[in-house]
Amino acid sequence: MSETLVLSARWGKPGSATLASYRADGGYAALDKALGLEPSVLVDEVKKSNLRGRGGAGFATGLKWTFLPKDVRPRYLTVNADESEPGTFKDRYIIEHDPHMLIEGIALTCYALDIHLAYVYIRGEFAKQARILEQAIEEARAAGIIGPRLLGKKDFDLDIHVHRGAGAYICGEESALLESLEGKKGYPRLKPPFPAVVGLWGKPTIINNVETIANVPWIVQHGGDAFAALGTGKSGGTRLFGVSGHVNRPGVYEKPCHYNLKQLIMEDAGGILGGRALKAVIPGGSSSPVLAAHEIDISMEFDAVKAAGSMSGSGGVIVFDESACMVRALARLSRFYAEESCGQCTPCREGTNWMEGILHKLEAGHGTAADVDKLEQVANSIAGNTICALGDAAAMPVQSFVKKFKPEFLRHVEQRCCPFGDHGWGLTQAPRDAVAGPVRYAR
Amino acid sequence: MTNHAGGVEGLPREKVEQFDRELAPILKRYPPDRKASAMIPALRIGQALFGHVSPAVQALAADRLGTSPSRAEEVATFYVMLETHPTGRHLVEVCTNVSCSLTGGDQLWTYLKKKLALAGAGTTADGRYTLREVECLGSCGTSPAMLVDEEMHEQLTPSKVDQILGSLT
Repeated sequence: MSETLVLSARWGKPGSATLASYRADGGYAALDKALGLEPSVLVDEVKKSNLRGRGGAGFATGLKWTFLPKDVRPRYLTVNADESEPGTFKDRYIIEHDPHMLIEGIALTCYALDIHLAYVYIRGEFAKQARILEQAIEEARAAGIIGPRLLGKKDFDLDIHVHRGAGAYICGEESALLESLEGKKGYPRLKPPFPAVVGLWGKPTIINNVETIANVPWIVQHGGDAFAALGTGKSGGTRLFGVSGHVNRPGVYEKPCHYNLKQLIMEDAGGILGGRALKAVIPGGSSSPVLAAHEIDISMEFDAVKAAGSMSGSGGVIVFDESACMVRALARLSRFYAEESCGQCTPCREGTNWMEGILHKLEAGHGTAADVDKLEQVANSIAGNTICALGDAAAMPVQSFVKKFKPEFLRHVEQRCCPFGDHGWGLTQAPRDAVAGPVRYAR
Repeated sequence: MTNHAGGVEGLPREKVEQFDRELAPILKRYPPDRKASAMIPALRIGQALFGHVSPAVQALAADRLGTSPSRAEEVATFYVMLETHPTGRHLVEVCTNVSCSLTGGDQLWTYLKKKLALAGAGTTADGRYTLREVECLGSCGTSPAMLVDEEMHEQLTPSKVDQILGSLT
């Protein structure tokens, strides 16, 4: 059985990032086709495709597009390349290996939605990826693909610019991203109004993740129904799953969006390092509730993972083997959220620091059973009480780790130290096979 | 109290001219009435030219973008890649977030502290290196990872680290 690769088919080919290579493989044919169609047809195809946002929320892309008010111009497109959720490392490979696929997706989206100016907001740490993308955009501009006339044949002007961030996880939150793009600190905005109505510079703005937009050329070329058929139910297409942590073959795997999580880890990613036992899996980026080893025989489809009590999120799968200390892992994650909280809302600003403090105390063996309860109370006090989802993102790991691994927390209390020792992980580790870049699907 | 004595006029003139030359093409990316959007790029240009984003550099960026110095300060102090104080000549930033940590990031951090003779995050006595821990770099599948002067290095081992630092000027 051969699997369809929507996104990663060209990864690893020499020169895959160049325009010549993209064109030789049929690139920009979808744009050519689209220019002969009514823009509304493109929107309908994306609706039919059941494409859901790949940034984490899994919101229906076609539906999001229809939220644009009909008569307000200009409208803007902002592509979210702020990829910063721990465990997530997929968008960077699209940009590194196939930037023209993203550019074609942007051009198609802009044509479909009557947008003439698009920004790609890329995290500041992705210096190489920003250079590759800027070079590809320059190539597309020089070749007349974008600019005053799309593909040099349609009177539709489009410009695309890269906007580099400067190190702030919160700017992946769409309204914080807009603030940052406007030259301000990344404070999320109150919603509603949503960005589709009041976005960049107060104008209607569509914000989609890199992977989401990169699917659009395939959808236009092959039809929304064909894309929907690659997935299941209300989730169309394939997804890029990034597997990291204690596995033999970490990397990015393109799979149908309802692929089995256990198979992804045990077969594709080569199983657990050193033949040790699996302990836990974070299935969709660090914010998604953790799953215990016996809970991972599930579909990765958004609604299926939700039914299992977690989130498919960004598709960033983090694997912990039996040698990992869950208290230490959570302490590190809590430090991340405390560090990255923008400070706007009190429950998040104060609560993330409380959680970090309690967790470091517990990990050091100075905690009490009451601290474990307090930890849960603090998490419950943050969740749902903040302007943006970072508060929930910080609370969910805490709530799920404590719920599923409470005996491990209590052992830290009873033994007055970390039962896994000062270096609970890593030191016994044998070097893994060097995996250069993504691992592609092949069967 | 912050020293605001060194205003824009205190910056070397040729570097200010260089700043303006580098900023000009960036400004074309935004509508003419939305110049303030270029605050992050402007401060990054300033950081590269002047070493760090001092109050004078903030004032320079604000002036060129037609906005207030407080707006520049708000941005300069919010984003971790913008340095409001001088750093060592080379910036070494190690990811110790979970995926890196699970696969050797902590040892890498320990190794670098020892190699640079630092007790923790800080700058070496000779001013050559500033070492710090950073959050997830999006390199989880190719961990452990670090940034050196904003360039990413992945799948690190002690010998690879030696080689990377050894190649710096």
